[in-house]
Amino acid sequence: MSTQNSPTAALFDCRDAFAGALEGLAEADPRIVAVVNDSLGSSKLTGFQQRWPERTVNVGIAEQNMVGVGAGLANGGKIPFVSGAACFLTARAMEQIKADVAYSNTNVKLVGQSSGIAYGELGPTHHSIEDMAWLRLLPNLTVVVPSDRWETREAVAAAAAADGPFFLRISRFPVPDLVRPAGARFTLGKAETLRDGNDVAIIANGVMVSRALAAAATLATEGIAARVINLSSIAPLDVEAILAAAETGAIVTVEEGSVRGGLGGAVAEVVSTHHPVPMRILGFPGFLPTGSVDFLFQHFGLTPEGIAKAVRELVDPRRR
Amino acid sequence: MTSIPARIQGTADTLPLIRDKAKAIRLKALQMVYAAKLGHPGGDMSVTDILATLFFGVLRYDPAEPNAPWRDRFVMSKGHCTGSFYATLAEAGYFDRALLDTYMGPLSRLNGHPNRNYLPGVETNTGPLGHGMPVAVGMAIAGHMDNADYRVFVVTGDGEQQEGSNWEAGMAAGHRGLANLTLIIDRNRLQQGATVEATNSLEPLADKWRAFGWEVAEVDGHDPAALLDLLGAPVGERKKPLCVIAHTIKGRGISFMENEVKWHHGIPNAAQFATAISELEA
Repeated sequence: MSTQNSPTAALFDCRDAFAGALEGLAEADPRIVAVVNDSLGSSKLTGFQQRWPERTVNVGIAEQNMVGVGAGLANGGKIPFVSGAACFLTARAMEQIKADVAYSNTNVKLVGQSSGIAYGELGPTHHSIEDMAWLRLLPNLTVVVPSDRWETREAVAAAAAADGPFFLRISRFPVPDLVRPAGARFTLGKAETLRDGNDVAIIANGVMVSRALAAAATLATEGIAARVINLSSIAPLDVEAILAAAETGAIVTVEEGSVRGGLGGAVAEVVSTHHPVPMRILGFPGFLPTGSVDFLFQHFGLTPEGIAKAVRELVDPRRR
Repeated sequence: MTSIPARIQGTADTLPLIRDKAKAIRLKALQMVYAAKLGHPGGDMSVTDILATLFFGVLRYDPAEPNAPWRDRFVMSKGHCTGSFYATLAEAGYFDRALLDTYMGPLSRLNGHPNRNYLPGVETNTGPLGHGMPVAVGMAIAGHMDNADYRVFVVTGDGEQQEGSNWEAGMAAGHRGLANLTLIIDRNRLQQGATVEATNSLEPLADKWRAFGWEVAEVDGHDPAALLDLLGAPVGERKKPLCVIAHTIKGRGISFMENEVKWHHGIPNAAQFATAISELEA
């Protein structure tokens, strides 16, 4: 297990990794097509469109149609990656995602770009902090929240290879490349333990994973050994890894999303049913005030310091 | 792969076959609704001649190979009218007619709204209105990408046209010139609670679709010969998607149901059922 994940490393936008991976796959598989809602640029798919204009469907600003068109393309044997800002893709087209994609169980790959609070100052209409809660409860739908460039590429490849509906939640907020053990593999439905520790478990996904690792490094200097788990797949859920985390005696979850119903909710369902332990769920409380992404992360404690503080509060009484 | 069957059109036997099938579908749909004490008989009866014409005079399919890539696609966007839709699929050979007797029963594959994972012949799950058109547009785009010669037909109700997703999809289809796509509007003029025009008017409906880049035709939706002429005609030189406004009568064939809003999802009592059966058998 590595302890070399550094908060000072170079930072990258996962949308580029998504687009690069998709182009690579599309070279080999002509069934792969892109569907966008005037979101070529924000999905980083301008290159895809230039290489394969006949395989790029821009439906304009019409998310219900975009998702339905994706289902129709899948019916015609295509592997559509339906890509748009997560806030519009999920909220506007929720019934299409439910009926045409999840319930119909069609081979549609939904790609929610600039998820979470990537649009910062643009406000709650453009934030997508509800999507994990909404989508993880839809049967048949695999929901993956990659943590960095490597995992984004792996998730795109896994989605293309699997026959069935996916939602990939892609971040815009720049994140470091996480340091993984040699030979690390991405497995759908499997959590990834990035740091060992038996005093407490921090379970995070997406852009919060690197922050959780930084918090764990700080806590180690104080004698608190925190396990850090990347729960990128929240549907299906790695119940085994969550129950193992509960064995530490305390769990803190961290997500770039609402504190209700998302990653924390998923973990709490498992823990409260099978192995109740004290938990803290870190995320956003509701519609957010105006501010930059950095400001909002600071304001709501979604920083290495904020995570470490929550862990201390949870762990200390037990250690005293 | 089996050989691709030709589209059945224009033979002397086609029209009598369509009429026989329409009669069988109406009878079976009514029996299903009566047995289940659930369903939407008014819309079942208005759409029956359209379904019979498509499945026995227009569509190219093989029930033994329901997912054959070459098949014409049919999307039942007015997914609440499963009485007539399921009866049509059974008549077409997708599954045994005996299955129809389980309509909406416990654990039946015949849900109140169609599920493609339960039944062959269902292309996409519908029920919430306005879902069929975007999916049909996607199918038509896939056909264009592959230079495939299959056609896509989608049936919506007329009240259903109030859903905005139809117009999102219609705009895209017109923009792309999806000539392989045909929309049939079951224009029975009634929705669940009142007339369509009193609720949120559609007229001028033909002009609206023309303005969206579609070719529009109007037809008596209970005249299989006229429907067959329109729907069975090859795409030919047409460069636009085709919208067929099929003027129909809700409850068609059952005197007390015709044009009565309460039969949207009304269930006949025993005496009404007997009357209705005798009228449909006549």
